[in-house]
Amino acid sequence: MADLRSDFLGIKSPNPFWLASAPPTDKKINVLRAFEAGWGGVVWKTLGTQVKNVSSRYSALTYNGQKAMGFNNIELISDRPLDINLKEIREVLKEFPDRAMVVSLMADNNKESWHEMVKKAQDTGAHGLELNFGCPHGMVERGMGASVGQDPEIAKMVVEWVMEVAQIPVITKLTPNVHSVVPAGRAVTEAGSNALSLINTIQSVTGVDLDTLVPNPNVAGKSVFGGYCGPAVKPIALKMLTTLAQDEVTRKVPISGIGGISTWKDAAEFILLGASNVQVCTAAMVQGFRIITDLCEGLNNWMDEKGYKTISDFQGLSVPSLTRWEELDINYHIIANINQDKCIHCGLCYITCEDTSHQSIDIKKGMPYNTYTIKDEECVGCNLCKIVCPVQDCITMEVHRKAPEYLNWTEFQKRGLPLNDH
Amino acid sequence: MSIQNSRLSSEDLEKNFSDLHPPFDHPEGALLEANRCINCFDAPCTKLCPTSIQIPLFIKQIASGNLKGSAHTIFSSNIMGGGCSKVCPVEKLCEGACVYNLLEETPIAIAKLQRYATEKAIDEQWKLFTRKPSNGKKVAIVGAGPAGLSCAHSLSLEGVDVTVFEKEAKGGGLMTYGVAAYKVTPEFCEAEVKYITSIGGIEIKYNQELGKTIHLDELRKKHDAVFLGIGVGIARGLQIPGEELQGVEDAISFIYNLRTSDYSKVGVGDNVAVIGMGMTAIDAATQSKRLGAKEVTLLYRRTEQEKPCTDVELELARLDGCNILWLSAPKEIIGENGKAKKLVCSKMKLGAPDASGRKSPVDTGETFELEVDMVIKAAGQIPFEDLVTKSAIENKEGKIKIDKSGKTNIPGVFSGGDAVNGGKEVVDAVQAGKDAAEGILEYLKKQTGK
Ligand SMILES: Cc1cc2nc3c(=O)[nH]c(=O)nc-3n(C[C@H](O)[C@H](O)[C@H](O)COP(=O)(O)OP(=O)(O)OC[C@H]3O[C@@H](n4cnc5c(N)ncnc54)[C@H](O)[C@@H]3O)c2cc1C
Ligand SMILES: Cc1cc2nc3c(=O)[nH]c(=O)nc-3n(C[C@H](O)[C@H](O)[C@H](O)COP(=O)(O)O)c2cc1C
Repeated sequence: MADLRSDFLGIKSPNPFWLASAPPTDKKINVLRAFEAGWGGVVWKTLGTQVKNVSSRYSALTYNGQKAMGFNNIELISDRPLDINLKEIREVLKEFPDRAMVVSLMADNNKESWHEMVKKAQDTGAHGLELNFGCPHGMVERGMGASVGQDPEIAKMVVEWVMEVAQIPVITKLTPNVHSVVPAGRAVTEAGSNALSLINTIQSVTGVDLDTLVPNPNVAGKSVFGGYCGPAVKPIALKMLTTLAQDEVTRKVPISGIGGISTWKDAAEFILLGASNVQVCTAAMVQGFRIITDLCEGLNNWMDEKGYKTISDFQGLSVPSLTRWEELDINYHIIANINQDKCIHCGLCYITCEDTSHQSIDIKKGMPYNTYTIKDEECVGCNLCKIVCPVQDCITMEVHRKAPEYLNWTEFQKRGLPLNDH
Repeated sequence: MSIQNSRLSSEDLEKNFSDLHPPFDHPEGALLEANRCINCFDAPCTKLCPTSIQIPLFIKQIASGNLKGSAHTIFSSNIMGGGCSKVCPVEKLCEGACVYNLLEETPIAIAKLQRYATEKAIDEQWKLFTRKPSNGKKVAIVGAGPAGLSCAHSLSLEGVDVTVFEKEAKGGGLMTYGVAAYKVTPEFCEAEVKYITSIGGIEIKYNQELGKTIHLDELRKKHDAVFLGIGVGIARGLQIPGEELQGVEDAISFIYNLRTSDYSKVGVGDNVAVIGMGMTAIDAATQSKRLGAKEVTLLYRRTEQEKPCTDVELELARLDGCNILWLSAPKEIIGENGKAKKLVCSKMKLGAPDASGRKSPVDTGETFELEVDMVIKAAGQIPFEDLVTKSAIENKEGKIKIDKSGKTNIPGVFSGGDAVNGGKEVVDAVQAGKDAAEGILEYLKKQTGK
């Protein structure tokens, strides 16, 4: 049995799975249910100035019948009275002292407001603070949320204010609505933020209702850009995470990975790319807290198989494999192979290769089943056939090096080797 | 022991003859299933469909919410796509070829999805096709069965004015008069005929019988071409003593009766023997049972391996409680007071392969007897040899001979469907009608060119 315990800046939790600051962590009743289900910790729904929400609030993307592939919301920070939130945080802390309790904050853009918020939050006995510099809607217009996170100077200033009074660890949550998360990440790290978390939601329009012609979600015939999250954003979040894990400034602080995590595999990937723990929102929102069982068990079994005893054993292990294009080995060459015993003759590899790739698959017509084979000389090793093949391990990519030695693009050019071999 | 009607209450009869393959109750079911389809290229399902319906396309059109497009895709290849979704033996056609079979997974419910897409179109009579303006060409079609209707639709689309001559009072052919009652209702068959003819340019004249009220010469004179889609006739005789006894019936007539009158008015025996193991035999057996027969026994002279029906059909007969006797051939029917009483059967064994490549049954000399009060003959149907021969149409034992374009030996006379193949499926007849329409259009073009 692997040890799933997590220690994030001294904030301990029985597993690395926290619920991200969002509706699942909005009230005592939710958080108690989450802890009963087994979640390691929560980042309480962002506290700040009083707001008012609209209805409706969410919309989602369905893809080939898969509901909520992507999820979008136009909700604001907590719309409950601050005192009630603070009181409930205290109560939960008492009931579940072994779980991580981090409070998310977003104050008005001045020192006094931030000082006041920080003090009130840490007075509850919470273990940490998360600064919400990421909310992409509603708060931006008031100079808060993403408008702080998008400007490294402002972000830095706010963190400095916070650090003046903070007595517990501070995590800064970054917005993905920027060209690169590194400048803001660096700025807040240099300003003293103890850790980073990302991503918050991505500005989006999930679609337009083709009857009413109103984009989703519909609020009395109007809509606004909402924050996108859920499985669809995972690849973007992973990329942003990696840039922080690779940057010499930001990699010095722990990162809490967020964005599209719905299975233990997703979580393992975030940790491999540098996250110290992970936060989940959409997956819990669309399936309930019970998903924690498999998140923990799946991760545990994988760790056992790989021989990892603790989370830190594999944390960041994949970061060095993400390199610059110029450093990739040009002599590495793979060619697809179709296992004829496994092939079910659906022809998807053929038609995709023929229409959009390199015409590297041969078709022999049969009744009713055609036979498909790879034309080795034509295959560029793009993976497309393997990606569309519905059968596991039917198409494998086999290594046929062009030459034994490592050769990168820079060296390739230097030697004046021929281009356009395809 | 005797043949009786009203063996069951009307509720039970209603239940017994209700939809064998019910439709999706909810659109969600259709969506889930449509999304399960992986959209094969050069899809095996399409290749095994005699009408080559673009199955992955119509399924993905259901998934995308384009139901009209889906129905259009189906009807473009098969104007009886609605009926076919209910009667096709899909286990040996599209669904049998689905690649999921190779993963030992349930194939995509193609028929059910096809029904989902077409049913609404027929119910609401969606106008998915527009015929070209009339070009003044006239074609006569004999027989309003699947072959004739499909030919008529294809021709009318191209601007040909079609007149269909049908001996019965309703269209649809065996779809209306032959297919098992638990597969299609008379109402559906009527709606389907109405849907097919709704493009215009097709007039159906009922109660017109070739060889009686109408004649080929006349038709040829008044039209630019003629299509014969007359199907095949009643079931083959057994050529054994006792065949004339009361209680010995031909399956086609038995089912015709069932399809044209109230179930409660159709008589069935206590102990029914059905001779044959094709689709018609299975239908006769299952429907006898569903009418309330106590014992129904299917007899076949070869073994299960050689049976002409599909596994799914045989399973249906088994589930309905029919007895199955392999290697059994009827030898004599013994009567009492003119009524069938006993069926004497020969025990057979398999010998050398025959012309069909299957091992031929050989009489062992041993016999056994079955108590019966009804014997249903369902060992193949007889083509209209007389009619065809009298009209000087080249044929083989009544099966009309045609070339690839559907042409018979008589100029301007085309044929297709059961009349040519001796009895296959609805879907084959539909394709034959399409093929002949193409041949006819080609022929008409040449005529005009002259
Ligand atoms: C009992 C039974 C069950 C079947 N079940 C199925 C099934 O479940 N699924 C399936 O796919 N197939 C089934 N079939 C086969 C299918 O019904 C036929 O293959 C199909 O109907 C053939 O179409 P067709 O147009 O060639 O002939 P038919 O459907 O026979 O149509 C011929 C038409 O011509 C008319 N006609 C005949 N002679 C004349 C004349 N002299 N003058 C004018 N009109 C004439 C007839 O009245 C009829 O309307 C079944 C057949 C039988 C007998
Ligand atoms: C309805 C909703 C409300 C959210 N509210 C907040 C919030 O108040 N503060 C915050 O920092 N993030 C908020 N988020 C963002 C999530 O915490 C998280 O960063 C984002 O959803 C990505 O994770 P996911 O893909 O697991 O959902 C909210 C997300 C959703 C869906």
